[in-house]
Amino acid sequence: MKIAVIGAGAVGSLIARELSRYDVEVIIIEKNTDVGMGVTKANSAIVHAGYDDEPGTVRSKFCVPGNALYTELAKDLQFDLKRIGSLVLAFRDEEVRVLEELYKRGENNNVPGLEIWDRDKILSYEPNINPEVIAALWAPTAGITEPWMVAIAAVENAMDNGAQLYLETEVIEIVTIDGRVRKVVTNKGEFEVDAVVNAAGMYADEIAKMAGADYVPLHPRKGEYILLDKQEFSGFVKSILFPTPSLLGKGTLVTPTVDGGILVGPTAVDMPPEREFREDTSTTFEGFEALMSKALKMTPLIDFRASIKTFAGLRPESPQKDFLVGKTNIFGFFNAMAMRSPGLTAAPAIAKFMIEEIQESMGETLRPKLDFKPVREKIKKYADLPPTIWDEEIKRDPLAGKMICFCNKVTEREILEAIKKGARTIDGVKFRTRAMFGSCQGGFCMHRIMKILARELGVDMADIKLRSDKSFILMGQVRK
Amino acid sequence: MIEKNVDVLVIGAGAAGLGAAIGAAREGVSEVVIVERDERSGGILNQCIHNGFGLHYFREELSGPEYAERVKKIVQQYPNINVKVEQYVHQIDYRRKEVVVASTEGITVYKPKSLVVATGARERPMGGILVPGTRPAGVFTAGVAQRFVNLENRLPGKRAIIVGSGDIGLIMARRLTLEGVEVVAVVERMPYPGGLERNIRQCLKDFNIPLYLSHTVVGIYGKERLEEVIIAQLDESYKPIPGTEKKFKVDTLVLSVGLIPQSTLFKDFLKIDPWTKGIVTSSSGRSSLNWIFAAGNCTVIYDLVDWVTEEGSVAGKFAAMYVRNNWEPAKFFVEKGQNVGILFPSWYEEGTNLNLYLRVKKPIAEGTIRIKQRNNLLYSKKHLNMLPSEMISIKIPESKIGSGDIIVEVLE
Amino acid sequence: MRVEEMVCIMCPLGCHLTVKEENGEIFVAGNKCPRGIEYGRQELTEPLRILTSSVLVERGDLPLVSVKTSKPVPRKLIMQIMEILKSTKIEAPVKVGDVIIKNILDTGADIIATRNVERIDVA
Repeated sequence: MKIAVIGAGAVGSLIARELSRYDVEVIIIEKNTDVGMGVTKANSAIVHAGYDDEPGTVRSKFCVPGNALYTELAKDLQFDLKRIGSLVLAFRDEEVRVLEELYKRGENNNVPGLEIWDRDKILSYEPNINPEVIAALWAPTAGITEPWMVAIAAVENAMDNGAQLYLETEVIEIVTIDGRVRKVVTNKGEFEVDAVVNAAGMYADEIAKMAGADYVPLHPRKGEYILLDKQEFSGFVKSILFPTPSLLGKGTLVTPTVDGGILVGPTAVDMPPEREFREDTSTTFEGFEALMSKALKMTPLIDFRASIKTFAGLRPESPQKDFLVGKTNIFGFFNAMAMRSPGLTAAPAIAKFMIEEIQESMGETLRPKLDFKPVREKIKKYADLPPTIWDEEIKRDPLAGKMICFCNKVTEREILEAIKKGARTIDGVKFRTRAMFGSCQGGFCMHRIMKILARELGVDMADIKLRSDKSFILMGQVRK
Repeated sequence: MIEKNVDVLVIGAGAAGLGAAIGAAREGVSEVVIVERDERSGGILNQCIHNGFGLHYFREELSGPEYAERVKKIVQQYPNINVKVEQYVHQIDYRRKEVVVASTEGITVYKPKSLVVATGARERPMGGILVPGTRPAGVFTAGVAQRFVNLENRLPGKRAIIVGSGDIGLIMARRLTLEGVEVVAVVERMPYPGGLERNIRQCLKDFNIPLYLSHTVVGIYGKERLEEVIIAQLDESYKPIPGTEKKFKVDTLVLSVGLIPQSTLFKDFLKIDPWTKGIVTSSSGRSSLNWIFAAGNCTVIYDLVDWVTEEGSVAGKFAAMYVRNNWEPAKFFVEKGQNVGILFPSWYEEGTNLNLYLRVKKPIAEGTIRIKQRNNLLYSKKHLNMLPSEMISIKIPESKIGSGDIIVEVLE
Repeated sequence: MRVEEMVCIMCPLGCHLTVKEENGEIFVAGNKCPRGIEYGRQELTEPLRILTSSVLVERGDLPLVSVKTSKPVPRKLIMQIMEILKSTKIEAPVKVGDVIIKNILDTGADIIATRNVERIDVA
């Protein structure tokens, strides 16, 4: 059986990896130059505890199981997961009542360890929270991760287990015959398939329409973020801080990142559904002002002079504000769409569900591979080793001692590993090694990384792109 | 893993670090080791191919690389200075006085008797100024653009706008123009330029590049490569005035929006200025720990490299004196008085000269700089045309200074 | 009549000069020494500039050697000099002070190297 997964974001990648456990041919089709560069690239990176999801929603079925699956997933795929816990903060009596609601909902959803904390407990745990706080909902299973790395690692593992990845490949047509999916046509060629899993993020409704399959109409929900320098703000808060949720959603968080910085965001602005808005990740003045005022309310000592990066991401939102997952009216066509919050958290559980769904709806029993390799080796970070061990590594491989990204301590060996694993652009190296993520944002190392990429890929430095084909960084030589 | 005892360890082989090594070597310590993380010594001087260096230190106007070569020549005269490049300082144990350094040869743990920090500054990145818009390729900080043009032989783009009228931005305006890049404007958020008058003349006026004062960038757009930059005028509270937007179709944005001292490695055990992020030091270059000294841009952002080399040399000398005879004199505060924005150093140590560097808080056309120590007037002089962007250097010899806290003020 | 404000660069004092040209005569005010008058006069009639730039190097450990004019040259000749520099190519090794081009455009100024470039022989 040949299955095409459309979209190599966190959801598609985990589904592809799950499929690669079985004796099926898996092809991953991704329109961008790298995996995880769509919705997955720019979000809060939270693995939610699961008390937000109202009973009866699809989300409520997958969030808590997904959260639980992250422990083993992070271990096997070797990406960072830190279960630092979350606090939903209440500043008024009405908000405390919402906390109690959430607590009950969480219990219903089987969220472990929920507690309501009083002001003293909150402030002794997190001294930087606004002392006007009156209560908080503590959820110990909430965590932070690195969303693009989930996709990168899952795809690497899937490919290690036989899956094939097609980048810069855009689906333009899906051929069905007698209500059954047969062929996927892309800008790079055609694929005859038995099944298609639609994990196309912001474009999943378009993909479903191509197949004549059930779908929900999507529109982008923009969220802006500000990232603060870990050199200034590391340790400012140690858990994920949420405001009391509103009808608009979970609200603007103040959270540590796995890299040690502090992330503030997102805002939540609904955008029109047209194509031009599905690529609009521009930030705005209003967005920055909203972020700053909301963050200052929760943590008055936060200082935005320490900001080192601003960005925005899009969530694929549906009118139902819920996932659309599973089989459709088209035989062999499956949806994993409208993966708005908590999509990242739910993804591992959805991947497992997809296997059952495919088997059940297609009447097939997928045979597990005997030689499935669950573990994917991450790029070793030498600077994290004890100095005596690092010394031995350098004696074996001198490039493990050649520092390229000074702020984030990334050696040349790690960059070469990233290139070996498929990095072709600055972003490709950045997202696989965290080079250029630090205080200087590449000020000291970008030219070095470009030189290494140029050397390894056998091209000129001016041919190295930031991310996509037209994002060239340099324009020609000074002297020829 | 090697352990190495050394008298004086210097971190950074830029203008300050090389100066420190010279200062220390002259005192006669047995060994000074400089560890530099770049592939060559010289620091930022290597890419500053323009003139304006050395007028004080060498009494000659030199370009950056020439200045670096001169200082390196002096360093070479001292057999007790060992310059090591491609060395990365990984961590410092301030209690055990151990500095862990990584290189392609392995890990070396230095055990210095005294340490001189000369780690310089980094540029404020794009994300540090909260500009709305997209994040296309084509945005460079000035130092990065300078590196590409002067050392890597690559142009950043064809049509550029420069944000920040500090010297670095002005120099790049000229450099890019001479290399055929169209520089459409220089944009400055303050109502006065950030760089030296002579650079306004020789980098902007010479090439008819317009300077927009009291303006800032309010939007940058482009899908994959920069396409458009929008600027707007600012009111007295630095808020953009609606309706004053100007759009420029450019493919390159060069940002010169401030330098930040690199002091993070030391923030857990040295006193760091919470506002400037500079390592707080005394007139001898000593930090808040008696065996660690600091000099150069990692303490305060200097205008002239000559001053940097001089202060480096002071720090090196006293670091060596600490090694030789545990030199640690009495210390007094140097306080910021009226109208003083930036003041260096923060303490005065008895037996040293007081080389003061200050920036006024606001432009003052005519004022008196007064330096008092208890009831004694150490310095009182009229100064004209003082700007925050032009650092003022005042040297008071040790013989004139007594004991007690010192206050520096600028009276209008 | 032409009036220009400028800051004298002859010494670190940086006197603010007002230079006036009236009926072919030049008046300088604000200077604290005679060099200021000289500077003001020159700047108004035939501004001179030190040009710093780069020249392509072959077989060197750097692709470019930074250069400068050995003394100030007329500002109006800068673009022409740039064209010459753009088509100049030299071979490593280069030492600080090496004369790359003697007496460029008959200005009496040489183009000299301002850094060392070591030779590397590619196998």
